[in-house]
Amino acid sequence: MNRLTWRKMVNAVMSSVTALCALIAVVPLLFVLGLLVVKGTSSLNWAFFTKLPVPVGETGGGIANAIVGSAELLLLAALFGVPLGVAGGIYLSEFGGWGVPFVVRYAADLLVTVPSIVIGIFAYAVVVLPVGHFSALAGGFALGVMLLPIVVTNTEQFLRTVPVWLREGSLALGAGHWKTTMSVVVPAAMQGILTGILLALARVAGETAPLIFTAFNNAYWNRGLNQPVSSLPYMIWIYGISAYDDWHRQAWAAALLLLGLVLVVNVLSRLVLARRMASRRIA
Amino acid sequence: MATSNTGVEVRLPSAPRGRGLRLGGTRGVDLIAKMLTLVAAVSVLLVTVWLVIELWEQSELSRHAFGFRFLLDRAWDPVFGHFGAMPFVYGTLVTSAVAMLIAIPLGVGAAIFLAELAPRGLSDTLTFLIELLAAVPSVVLGLVGIFVVVPWVRTSFGPFLKDIFGFLPLFQGPIYGVGFLTAGLVLAIMVLPFIVSISREVLLSVPNDLREGALALGSTHWESTWKVVVPTAGTGILGSIFLGLARALGETMAVSMVIGGTPQIAASLFAPGYSIASVIADQFAEATGDLFRQSLVELGLVLFGITVLLHAVARLLVNTTARKAKGAA
Repeated sequence: MNRLTWRKMVNAVMSSVTALCALIAVVPLLFVLGLLVVKGTSSLNWAFFTKLPVPVGETGGGIANAIVGSAELLLLAALFGVPLGVAGGIYLSEFGGWGVPFVVRYAADLLVTVPSIVIGIFAYAVVVLPVGHFSALAGGFALGVMLLPIVVTNTEQFLRTVPVWLREGSLALGAGHWKTTMSVVVPAAMQGILTGILLALARVAGETAPLIFTAFNNAYWNRGLNQPVSSLPYMIWIYGISAYDDWHRQAWAAALLLLGLVLVVNVLSRLVLARRMASRRIA
Repeated sequence: MATSNTGVEVRLPSAPRGRGLRLGGTRGVDLIAKMLTLVAAVSVLLVTVWLVIELWEQSELSRHAFGFRFLLDRAWDPVFGHFGAMPFVYGTLVTSAVAMLIAIPLGVGAAIFLAELAPRGLSDTLTFLIELLAAVPSVVLGLVGIFVVVPWVRTSFGPFLKDIFGFLPLFQGPIYGVGFLTAGLVLAIMVLPFIVSISREVLLSVPNDLREGALALGSTHWESTWKVVVPTAGTGILGSIFLGLARALGETMAVSMVIGGTPQIAASLFAPGYSIASVIADQFAEATGDLFRQSLVELGLVLFGITVLLHAVARLLVNTTARKAKGAA
C-alpha cells in the first residue's frame, strides 16, 4: 500500500469515527424523549392535572399542587430576577464605563457557575434560618438568584447587537441618553431580551437542588408565600426515589410534562433568535 | 441651574457649559437613570459577595471544630458529631473523572465533525439537538438513570466490564447498579453538550487561511483538521473541557439519584458512594444539630471553591484562544 492510499484511508476512517461521535452525542436526547413519551403519556389525564396527591397505597390523584407551585416559584423568581437583571444589563451596555461593568460581568459569570445546591444553602441561610421554616419565598429567592446573572448577561448582549447608528440618530435628534435607551435601543432589542428571559426561566424551572431545603414540599395547596410549596422537579425527585409503582408512574408523567415545557420554550426561542440573526445579516 | 422633583441638583442642556455638576454630558434624568441601573448592576456583585460571606459564616462551627483536617478526614458520623469531607471529595472526583473519560473523546470528536467535516445543514441540525440536551433538567436524567441506567449497569454493562477488566481493582466486587460508575455515566451525558458546543465554536473561530494553506500544501482534509486546526484551537478546547468539568463537579440531582448514598472510599467503580453535592441534597434538610448542618455548609464552601477555581482557568483558556484567533485573522 503506498503512502497516499494510506493517508486517504486515515482520512476516511477518522471522518467516519468523528461522525459516529456526533451521532452518539445526539442519541441521549432522543432516547430520553422517547422513553418519557412511552412511559408518561398514559398517565397524563384530567385527574393528573387537577387533583391533589392521594396518600400512599391509594392509586390515582394528581400533582396539581406541584404545577401551581412551580408557577408560583417561577413568578417569585421573575419578580426578583427580571427587573434587577434587565436594569443591570442596561447599565452594562448603555451607561457602563470600564471598571464597574468589568467587575459585574465577572461576578455574573461566576454566579452562573455556582452549583445550584450551593445557591440553595445561600437561600436557606438568608431566608429560611431567620424565619425559622421553609417557605415559597425562600424557594423563589433561590431561583431568582440563579435567574439574575443569566438575565443581566443576556440583556447586555442583546442591547449590544443594536447598531450604534440607531443611538446616534436618536441623540442627533436631541433625545437624551435615557430617552434614547428607553425608546430606541431597548425596543430594538426587546424580542431578544424577552426570549432570553424565557430561556432563563425554562432553565431554572427544572432546578430541584435549590428547592430541597428552601421551598421544601407540600402535599396540599400552598396557603401563602411564607408556607412550604411543592414543585414539579421536587415531585419528580421524591416520586422517582420512592418505592411505590403508582408514584413512579406519576413521576414519569411529571417528567414528561416538565421536559415538554422546557423543550418547547427552548425550540421556539432558538427559532426566534435564529431568524433575528438571519435578518440582521441581510441588513 | 434647576432642581428636579427628586431634589437632585441638575443642569439643563440649555445651561451654559461650566464647571458645575455635569457628568460626561448627562442630564438630570440621565443621571438618575444611570444611578438606578448602576445599583441593579452592582446587585449582581453584592449577591455574589453575600453568598461567599454566608457560606463562610454558616460553616464557622465546623471550620473551628475540624480545621483543615476536615478535608482529609474519612469519618462521617452524625451520631458522634465527627465529620470529614474525604469520602465526598473522593466521590466527586471519581464520578467526574469517569464522566470526563467518556465525554472528552466523544465530545471533541463530535465537535471536530460538526465544525470541520460535516456539511453546514447537517452540522446545524445535529448541534441544535445536542445543545437541547443541555436543557434537559437534571432530575429528569436522574429518573432515567434510576430506571434505565442502573438496571443496565447491574445486568449487562457491569458484568461485561468485569469479564474483560476484572483483574483491575477498579472493576471488582459486587455490582449493585448504583455507584460511582453509574453516576459517572449519567454525568457524561450531562457535560457532553457543553464540550461539543464550546469546542465547535472554538474550532469555527480558527481562520480559514490556515485550512486553505494546509490543503494547498497537499494535506488531506483530516490532516488539515488534525495537524493544523485542532492544535490552533487546542487551548480553547481545553477550556471547554474545564467548563464541562466544573459542571460535572457541581451536578446534584442526577448524581444523588444513582450514586447509592454511602459515604465510603472504595477502589471499585461498582461500589456505591457519595459526592459533595449529593450528600448536601440528601442530608441538609434533615440535619439535626448545628455542627452537622454547618459541616454540610462547609462541604458547600469546598465545592464552591473548586468550581470557582476551575471556572476561572476555563475562562482564561477560552478567551486566550478567541483573542489568538482574532489576532491571526
